[in-house]
Amino acid sequence: MRGPRSFTAEDVVEIGAHGGVVAVKRVLETLLAQDGIRLAEPGEFTKRAFLNGRIDLMQAEAVIDLIRSKSDRAFAVAMKQAEGTLSKRIRELRQSLIELLAHVEVNIDYPEHDVAEMTNAYIRERCGKAVEEIEKLLKTAKEGKILREGIVTAIVGRPNVGKSSLLNALTRENKAIVTDIPGTTRDIIEEYVTINGIPLRLLDTAGIRETTDVVERIGVERSRSALEEADLILFVLNGSEPLHEDELELLGKLKDRRMIVIVNKSDLPQQIELEPIKAIVPEESIVRMSVKAEQGLDDLEGAISALFFEGQLESHDLTYVSNVRHITLLKQAQQSLRDAIEATEAGIPIDIIQIDIRNAWEQLGELIGDAVGESLIDQIFSQFCLGK
Amino acid sequence: MGYEAGQYDVIVVGAGHAGCEAALAAARMGCDTLLLTINLDMVAFMPCNPSIGGPAKGHVVREIDALGGEMGRNIDKTFIQMRMLNTGKGPAVHALRAQADKFSYQHMMKKTIEETENLTLRQGMVDELIVEDGRCVGVVTKTGAAYRAKAVVLTTGTYLRGKIIMGELMYESGPNNQQPSVKLSENLRSLGFELVRFKTGTPPRVHKDTIDFDKMEIQPGDPNPKFFSYETESSDNEQLPCWLTYTSEETHQIINENLHRAPMFSGQIEGTGPRYCPSIEDKIVRFADKPKHQIFLEPEGKHTSEYYVQGLSTSMPEDVQLRMLRSIPGMEKVEMMRNGYAIEYDAIVPTQLWPSLETKRLPGLFTAGQINGTSGYEEAAGQGIMAGINAARSVQGKEPIVLKRSQAYIGVLIDDLVTKGTNEPYRLLTSRAEYRLLLRHDNADLRLTEIGYEIGLISEERYNKFLRKKHLVEEEIERLRTTKVRPEEAAAMLESLSSAPLSNSVDALSLLRRPEVTYAHLETIVPSPLPLSEEMKEQVEIQIKYAGYIEKQLQQVERLAKMENKRIPADIDYMDVHGLASEAKQKLSNIRPLSIGQASRISGVTPADISILLVYLEHYNRVTAARG
Repeated sequence: MRGPRSFTAEDVVEIGAHGGVVAVKRVLETLLAQDGIRLAEPGEFTKRAFLNGRIDLMQAEAVIDLIRSKSDRAFAVAMKQAEGTLSKRIRELRQSLIELLAHVEVNIDYPEHDVAEMTNAYIRERCGKAVEEIEKLLKTAKEGKILREGIVTAIVGRPNVGKSSLLNALTRENKAIVTDIPGTTRDIIEEYVTINGIPLRLLDTAGIRETTDVVERIGVERSRSALEEADLILFVLNGSEPLHEDELELLGKLKDRRMIVIVNKSDLPQQIELEPIKAIVPEESIVRMSVKAEQGLDDLEGAISALFFEGQLESHDLTYVSNVRHITLLKQAQQSLRDAIEATEAGIPIDIIQIDIRNAWEQLGELIGDAVGESLIDQIFSQFCLGK
Repeated sequence: MGYEAGQYDVIVVGAGHAGCEAALAAARMGCDTLLLTINLDMVAFMPCNPSIGGPAKGHVVREIDALGGEMGRNIDKTFIQMRMLNTGKGPAVHALRAQADKFSYQHMMKKTIEETENLTLRQGMVDELIVEDGRCVGVVTKTGAAYRAKAVVLTTGTYLRGKIIMGELMYESGPNNQQPSVKLSENLRSLGFELVRFKTGTPPRVHKDTIDFDKMEIQPGDPNPKFFSYETESSDNEQLPCWLTYTSEETHQIINENLHRAPMFSGQIEGTGPRYCPSIEDKIVRFADKPKHQIFLEPEGKHTSEYYVQGLSTSMPEDVQLRMLRSIPGMEKVEMMRNGYAIEYDAIVPTQLWPSLETKRLPGLFTAGQINGTSGYEEAAGQGIMAGINAARSVQGKEPIVLKRSQAYIGVLIDDLVTKGTNEPYRLLTSRAEYRLLLRHDNADLRLTEIGYEIGLISEERYNKFLRKKHLVEEEIERLRTTKVRPEEAAAMLESLSSAPLSNSVDALSLLRRPEVTYAHLETIVPSPLPLSEEMKEQVEIQIKYAGYIEKQLQQVERLAKMENKRIPADIDYMDVHGLASEAKQKLSNIRPLSIGQASRISGVTPADISILLVYLEHYNRVTAARG
C-alpha cells in the first residue's frame, strides 16, 4: 500500500499467509533474516501513524495506554521467564562472556597490571564454548516448537487397517480439542492429541474419517500437501494381513521422512511379512499395536520420542526457547561469537575482537531484558584487584 | 571588613588541573579572568602519582590538546619518562603515559598562567559565592575581598571540608596538609546543592638512596618517545626509569595483624572510596588469595630523591606503614619521607549539572574536576577546559559546547556524570566508551581541532598545519586506492612476510588490508611522492586497516544520531506527560535531559517511556509551532 493512504501514512507491504501459526512464523523467520528488517516495537505502528499526522492526540493517547499496558505485560512475561530455566542458562552464558570481557578490558585499561595476558587461544576457547551452548539452546527451540505447536502428523494407510480406530482412540482418550482456527482453510480440520505428554497435531483427520482409502488418493493434491507438511507420518498396516504392494511402494517413497510404521491388530494372528519393511524403516520405528485392545500406545510414544528428541525428552518444566524474537537474537549472538573466533584467527587485535564479544553479550541481554549499564565496569572491579 | 576587590568576566576558584585549564581557556577566549587558589605554591600540584596519561586518560590529554588546552604541552615539557602502552593491541587503545617531574610540571604551568594575557592569578580562599537574582555573580574570600564576575567556575578538588585520616589520627586538611575549605562547603549546602562524601588516598614516599634497586625489575621509558601535544615535535628530556617489585607474605601478615587499626575497617571513614584504586589493606582483604601485589617505584622528579610507591596507597598508622614498606624486597632499609593517608572530601552530586557543566540550580556557576565526583588529573583537566570554554561562551552570549559520546572521551565522561551520576569517585576507562574505535589516541586532532579553532583556542598557524595533515592523509589514501600493484612487484615483500603471493594485480589499498602488511612494507614497493610525516603514515595505515570496523561504528553512531539530535525543550513538565511511569517522571524531572538520546541513557527510563516521550514531544512541538 502506498503512503499516505495507509494506516501509518507510510508505504506498507502486507503479506497474507496461509492460516495457522506455522506459516506465519516461517514468513517472519525468513523476513527477519534479512538486513534492515526488525520486529515493530509495541505500539510502533500507531506511533508512526500519529507522527505522520494520520491520527490525532486523543487517539494517540489511547495508544499510549496500550503501549504502557503492553510493555507491562511484556515485562510480566519477561519476569515469568526470568524464573525459568532458559533465563538461567542465558544468564550463565552471559556471565561467562562478561568474565571474558572483563578480562579483555583489564588487559586494555590496566596494561601493566599483573593479570594474565589475554590470548587468542583463550578467547577462542571461551567463545567456542558459548557457541556450543547457544547451539544447544537453539535445539531446544525445535523441541519447544514441537511441544507448543505439536508434531504435525499425518496418518496414512489402506482402508480398514485401523486408521479411524487409531484416531478415535487417540482423540477419545485425550479429549482432543477439535479446533477450527480462524483463517485456516475450512476443509482441513486439525486435531490436537497428546500421547503421554507429546502433543501431536493430526492433519486432515476429516479426510481420514470421510474417505476410506488414503493410499489410493495419494495422487490427490490435498493429501499430498498434507503429507508434505507433516513432521511425522504414522503409517498404519494391518498385521493380520499380508503386506500390500501399494503399501510397499508408498513406504519406499516416504523412506526419507520421519515415519513410524504401526503394525496394527497385534491381537489377531499375524500374517504380515516384516522383512521388506525393515529394509526400508529402522526396526525401532516399527511398532506393534492393537488399537482395539489398547496395547502398544507406550511403544508408540517411545518411538516418537526417539525420533524427535533423540531418545530423551527433556524435563517437562524446562522453559524452551520459543518465540521468533528469541531465536533471532540467539542466532545473532552466535554469529557475533563466530565472528570473534574468526577474527582471532585473522590476527585482529583484542580490543577489536572485543566488539564482537560485546555484541553477543548485549544481544543475549536483550533476550532476557537485562540493561547494559554499569555491569561490565562492576565485573572488572570485582574480578580483578586493581589499584594505585 | 569586606571590600570590593575587582570585576572580571570569569572567576575560577582553585588552581589544580581543572582550574588551570578552565582559567587558561577562558582567558585565551578573551575573557578577563581571575584564578584564585588557597596557596600559590600549589598551582597544578600533583598530590598523588607523579604521572599523566595511560588508557582513556592519555586519550583525554590528547583531546585537551586538540581543543587548545595546556596539559599536553605542559607534560611534554616536563616529562622524565614517556611510554606508549598497549602497543600489542589495536590502535584505538594505544595510550601514552608519562612520568612527570612534578615540580617542573607545577612551575611550568604557573609560568604559563602568569604570562597569559587577560589572566590574573591570586592567592585567596573563597568562603562564599555572591548570588544576585538567582545567579552566581562573584565570590567572597576569607580576607573579605569581594570579586565580581559574570561566571564562576568552582574546581575545589579534595579541599571541600577535607579530612586526612591515618590510623587513629584524623584532622581537617586539604591534600598534602594544605588548608581545607570548610565555609564554601557550608555555603553550597545552604544554597541548596546536594553534596556527597567521597574518599581517596595516596601511598607513602620514600628516599631513593635507601632503595636497593638491584632487587627490582627496571621499567625504562621508550627509546623514541612520542608526545601528547600535536605541537611538540621533539624533546631532549632525559628519561628516568621506574622500578617494579612486589609485596611479600610478611607485608600481608603485617597488614592483617593491624587491620583493627585501619580506618577503612574500624568505621572511621564515612566517604565512599573508588573501587579501582583501593588501599593496599583493602586489596588484601578483598583478594585474600592473591599471594603478592605489584609495587612500582616512580621518581617524583629530577631534583628530588623522593620516590612514589605505587600500589601501596594506605591509611594505616604511620608505624605500620613503615613496617609494611620494609617488608618489601629491595626496601628492607627504606626511609619513609612522607606517609600515605586517606582523604575525605565533599563533592556535589553531578546530576545537578547541565552537560555544559553549568549548575542547574545557580546559573552562572560552573563546576569541574573532583568536586563533580571524578578522580584523576586528566579527568579534572578535561572537565576544566570544557567548564572554562562554556563559562566564557556564556559570558559572550554563545551556546555552550557539548562534546558527544561519539566525539571524545571528554564527552563520555561528562555525559556519564550529568546523566547517570556516580556513587564513587569516577575514573574514565576505555570500556566506558561505546565507540572506542572512533575515539582513538591518534585521531584526537581530527576529531576536535576544528572545534578548538572555531572557539578561538587553536591558532591560525596550527589550524593550517592541521588542515595540511588532514589533506595529505586523504590524498595518500586516494593514491593507494588507485595505485595498482603487479604480482611480481609485491612478490619479494609478500614472501618475506609469509603472505600469500598475488595472482593478479590489486590496488595498494587492499594489500595494506592484509594483517601482516604494514605501511612501511608497502612503501618499499610503491613509495609515496607526498611529503608525509611518520604521524601521517600511521594515520593512513590505521584508517585503511580498520576501515571495516570503523565503518560499522560510524553506522551505529548514525543510527543513534536521530535520537541525539532530538532536543527536549527546557520547560517541559514531565509530570504532565500522560503515560510515563512514575520512576521515569521523577528521574526525567531531576536530570532534565537535553536530548532524547540523553534521556534514554538515564537508568530507570525504559524504551516504552522514550516512545511515550517522543509522541508527547511531537504534539508539544506542533502546539508550540501553531501558537507561533
